[in-house]
Amino acid sequence: MALLCTENLDMRFGGLAALSDLNLAVPEGGLYGLIGPNGAGKTTVFNLISGFLQPTGGRIVWDGREITGEPPHRLTAWGIARTFQNIRLFGELSVLDNVLVGFHCRSHATWGEAVLRLPRYRREELDRRSRGLALLEEVGLAAAADQPAGKLPYGHQRRLEIARALATGPRCLLLDEPAAGLNPQETGDLIFFIRAIKDRYNLTILVIEHNLRLVMGLCQHLTVLDHGLTIAAGPPADIRKHPEVIRAYLGEERVAISS
Amino acid sequence: MRILNNVAIFITLAVAYNLINGVCGQLHLGPNAFITLGAYTAALLTMTPAEKTLNFLVTPLYWPLSQAALPFPAALLAGGLVAVAFALLTGFPVFRVRGDYLAIVTLGFGEVVRVLANNLQGVTNGPLGLKGLYPYTNLWWSWGVAVAATAVVAALVNSSYGRALNAIREDETAARASGINTFRHLLGAYLLSAFFFGVGGGLLAHLITTISPSLFTFFLTFNLLIIIVVGGLGSTTGAILAAAGFTLAGEWLRIVEEPAAIFGFTIPGIPGMRMVILSLALLLVIIFCRRGLMGRREFSWAGLGRRLRGGVAGSVPGAGKP
Repeated sequence: MALLCTENLDMRFGGLAALSDLNLAVPEGGLYGLIGPNGAGKTTVFNLISGFLQPTGGRIVWDGREITGEPPHRLTAWGIARTFQNIRLFGELSVLDNVLVGFHCRSHATWGEAVLRLPRYRREELDRRSRGLALLEEVGLAAAADQPAGKLPYGHQRRLEIARALATGPRCLLLDEPAAGLNPQETGDLIFFIRAIKDRYNLTILVIEHNLRLVMGLCQHLTVLDHGLTIAAGPPADIRKHPEVIRAYLGEERVAISS
Repeated sequence: MRILNNVAIFITLAVAYNLINGVCGQLHLGPNAFITLGAYTAALLTMTPAEKTLNFLVTPLYWPLSQAALPFPAALLAGGLVAVAFALLTGFPVFRVRGDYLAIVTLGFGEVVRVLANNLQGVTNGPLGLKGLYPYTNLWWSWGVAVAATAVVAALVNSSYGRALNAIREDETAARASGINTFRHLLGAYLLSAFFFGVGGGLLAHLITTISPSLFTFFLTFNLLIIIVVGGLGSTTGAILAAAGFTLAGEWLRIVEEPAAIFGFTIPGIPGMRMVILSLALLLVIIFCRRGLMGRREFSWAGLGRRLRGGVAGSVPGAGKP
């Protein structure tokens, strides 16, 4: 059974249909892609799944339970983590603190325990720190742990954002254009990196991408959106040849007829 | 003595204010409301029934309050708790909005409390205020509370919750995506700051012994805002330094208003001169340290050690001005 499903998902902003009738079914352990030209509604899908937007129609089902309309922090606690298209880090906080914020939602210590530094809080904080450092080591940012996150080079900021999402302990990771602004070499590294974390953390991954090289090389299944409509869905090899997709990306070959 | 008490009370208020304004990054403009509530609650609880009848000449005080008399610590605590109760009530509308709107909502609540204090004669004695409070506030109480407030706020800011509050300031959307219930976290910080505003208000009332609504106008909030901005938004150390400096400077600069003789010339005292000098000092701070005296840095013994050992050449990581 699919881990994450959307059923006839609709999103309208006033008269604008940003997304119509989206049906996705991402199985546990799947690596699915969402592609489409600019303004196709891909990020809207992520905002709906991660709870930042309320759909105007349809349902979202996570692990057999309907989650439509739940707030983002609860969805994160249930195991859906995301990154953002325009990187959103806590710029003035250190690299390590950014990751530690991700661990915070798993802590059980209350405000009082934290202020009084009671044993449970101290134990959790020590555990967080060691796991945070290990996570930074894994994504290759351990050397920069004490630097402000905003001062990291662009590619490292992308990795840190993924690390922060991993710190929340997700089962499903939503990556919004992880390769935006990366050069081909870095994109290659990123494909390798995404595969590695997927295996290590048993993740289900849904990725939005413009970079066809990345999605074709990475995903098992693609859904193509254009103007909020699903125009194709299937394995990358089929999508590559799909006439609708070619039309959406390259435009239509048409003989101009004036009538 | 009185100045030192004042310094301690302003440290308490500034540290609490910095938690919500500097750490959480929410422009809260209503601390005067909580200070008023704390001051009036504590004052009404410590006054003896006889004193109350003397004070409330126009409209008598309502019944349960007119007979109540508590020891000073209990009254302070009650002041803090009443402020917390008001914060709990206002927190829900306040944190539905952000930014400029939050500033306006909190400003509105501040005014509401002041206007209520002016008009609820049966509780507050209206514009006449309360006179002849026993001066319970001494150095032990004021500094005890200041130390406690600083310890609690610093412990919170340096904890996992403080990190989450910092994260909300930096990017609320990302904080929500990282699993932080931003409403609950902000409300927690708001309640804690309200408690210390209330206790600080109680101390203030029993220091100056006469309170009236005109004492708790927006000007009080504005002074606190100046203090935390000058100290460096988000820095508890900065809030303490600036609170002490601001209060002391306000008193010491009275000298410049007195007639003085320099080299045989007699300069007549100019009333208001100390405010001019204080404003100039604030301008200089903002020009030369745009992020306040401390920026977001904090004092630490380790940092001090490094700085002393390294001298001028030894650059302390993270200590340079950003």
